[in-house]
Amino acid sequence: MHIIAALVEDRPGVMFKVTSLIRRRGFNIDTITVGSTEKEGVSRITMTVRGDESVVEQLVKQLSKIPDIMKISELKPSDSVYRELAMIKVSAPDPAKRSDILNYITIFRGRVIDASKDSLTIEMVGSPKKINAFLDLMKGFGIVELARTGIVALSRGSKSTSE
Amino acid sequence: MKLSGAKAIVEALKREKVEVIFGIPGGSTIPFYDALYESDIRHVLARHEQCAAHMADGYARVKGVPGVCTATSGPGATNLVTGIAVAYMDSSPIIAITGQVPRSMIGKDAFQEADIVGITTPITKYAFQVTSASQIPDAIRTAFLLASTNRKGPVLVDVPKDVQLEEVDLDYPEKMMIKGYVVRSGDPHPYSIKKALGLIMSSERPLIIAGGGVIASNASEELIKFAELIMAPVATTLMGKGSIPENHLLSLGMVGMHGRGEANKAVEETDLIIAVGMRFGDRTTGKLDEFARNSKIIHIDIDPAEIGKNIRVDVPIVADAKKALSVLNSKLIEVGSKRTESEWIKRINSLKELFASNYAEKGDGLKPSRLMKILRDCIPAKSIITTGVGQNQMWAALHFKALEPRTFITSGGLGAMGFGLPAAIGAKVASPDRPVFNIDGDGSFLMTEQDLATAVSEGLPVVSIILKNRVLGMVRQWQCLFCNRRYAHTDLGNVPDFVKLTEAYGAEGVKIESYESFESAVKKSLKAEMPVVMEVPISPDEKVLPMVPPGKGLKEVIWYG
Ligand SMILES: Cc1ncc(C[n+]2csc(CCOP(=O)(O)OP(=O)(O)O)c2C)c(N)n1
Ligand SMILES: [Mg+2]
Repeated sequence: MHIIAALVEDRPGVMFKVTSLIRRRGFNIDTITVGSTEKEGVSRITMTVRGDESVVEQLVKQLSKIPDIMKISELKPSDSVYRELAMIKVSAPDPAKRSDILNYITIFRGRVIDASKDSLTIEMVGSPKKINAFLDLMKGFGIVELARTGIVALSRGSKSTSE
Repeated sequence: MKLSGAKAIVEALKREKVEVIFGIPGGSTIPFYDALYESDIRHVLARHEQCAAHMADGYARVKGVPGVCTATSGPGATNLVTGIAVAYMDSSPIIAITGQVPRSMIGKDAFQEADIVGITTPITKYAFQVTSASQIPDAIRTAFLLASTNRKGPVLVDVPKDVQLEEVDLDYPEKMMIKGYVVRSGDPHPYSIKKALGLIMSSERPLIIAGGGVIASNASEELIKFAELIMAPVATTLMGKGSIPENHLLSLGMVGMHGRGEANKAVEETDLIIAVGMRFGDRTTGKLDEFARNSKIIHIDIDPAEIGKNIRVDVPIVADAKKALSVLNSKLIEVGSKRTESEWIKRINSLKELFASNYAEKGDGLKPSRLMKILRDCIPAKSIITTGVGQNQMWAALHFKALEPRTFITSGGLGAMGFGLPAAIGAKVASPDRPVFNIDGDGSFLMTEQDLATAVSEGLPVVSIILKNRVLGMVRQWQCLFCNRRYAHTDLGNVPDFVKLTEAYGAEGVKIESYESFESAVKKSLKAEMPVVMEVPISPDEKVLPMVPPGKGLKEVIWYG
């Protein structure tokens, strides 16, 4: 997995320009998220891509030609912290299974954020690996609905991506 | 200064020293046209917006400054698309200004609304909408800066009609709107220059491949000097034609699918390719795995994304071609470049001799190669050639010797039929004193033929030489070679009579029957005051040869059809 972070000017259509380029040049991205940053008028796009080094290098080079992109770089997983949020609604009508689920949630350090007679909605934050592992466990109970945010990431240490 | 948005656009264009705009007005650009009415910017009324874009492109390629075209919202804007795509593929700086429905109606499927920013985003360097009149000065400055710096390309500015009507106080000087865009110096990195010099000095059989970037950066002089310093032959891509005079001793002509034998053979035999301002496109390299297998590669390009995109290179130089070459040249002079006559040059010369007889004209009927030679001999070196797409284009590329940069204007990357005539019109507007010849196909010409009306109305004596083979010749050639002569729907018939057609426009039509009548028609056309169209009969079986079949290595060339 490669993580690419881009700082872009917050202007209408920037996200379109980014996704249009990714589609046109035939790159495959797994996740993409966008949100505000510490600077007004600057947004941060974080995406994850699979593929070999040369694919990622070409993607970064092509994206960096979009004039709205102020800064773009690959964040190596080893030099960065990254997290994803997932919300998982699990079917839990049976009290015994319900307590199994609650145990797993504790082990994975998730939280229950909504509950009903038949279901639990769980908030899980972590690396995609951790979330996937948790999802595997939940499959046995029946996942009713799942929503994931995609990754956000920051480089480790005191430096900022914009430097 | 208080102005309407429309007047602000015109003011901004004047500040960019725009002399001419190619376009067609419509509902959403009426305010802009009203402002143009009282300005001294020339307007050339095209008859199709595709042509307006090609004209701006032809203008830009000849003059080396951005060409401007304009269209109304909806169908006017969508008609520009092919022209914009051509400019994008060939990195030509054009600015397209489109009208748009008023802001309050955007997204409502209003009459003549089309999302032209969305449509053109993948085929422009940048496309954006101006959302208030106060942005106009900055928007136009931004468009010109983007189009004409770094790797050049088309920019589209979409202006809603009510923005054109809005009265605002304007702030000058205008500013670049986009902070993330950095105009690069184009200076080569000393380290890559050093590495390149190492390879050059140790190479025994260096070969230069020059592309459109050499022309875009006005680097011809430096290129020729470089070639002479290291005694390397120069092949060009289609887009690079004219970067070195093709009668120069070191010139090899075009390389690639329809490259000249000697050029493709040189690629096979070289031990070092110095690629300047070219992008290793598939029509140039043939099968990539087999391209230049025995050679190292130095790649000079202004666009970092081109390095390593199609091919692995040994030394990348991300730089402006002119700057990189002149640094290389001065270093070479410093070290006292050793080369004079070499075995390699002898080999190149013998290759040229070897292949010369392959081009000999055989059989009956008028031969395109001979026609191209006659044309070259009859017209001044500075004359400008434009082309259609297909066999006509490849015959011109193979056999017409371009002698100066910016004199061979063709739709290389997109290969858009219909480019020739409007590009010729744009070229003539850019350079009224130079003869302009459009070498075209009968199929291609018909795609934009209506703009003969523009040439007539504007009094632009462009000359079209239609190689009338009565077929969509290039497609037919592939059918002949690769589909067992199953000629599916490539027969055009002997329609139309181009002489009569031309006369209906009030221009001059000439039927050519022999080499002599061609020669005299060409000579006479140099003094024409009106557009001229020559109809030249060519056999439908005439082929463009040599040819490397698609997907094959450059070695696997076909010489006989
Ligand atoms: C707009 C467009 N449509 C279709 C094609 C596909 N195409 C490439 S060459 C060619 C034949 C062109 O015929 P003509 O202009 O008569 O040229 P010739 O090859 O006969 O010289 C065609 C149809 C194209 N390049 N551009
Ligand atoms: Mg034809």
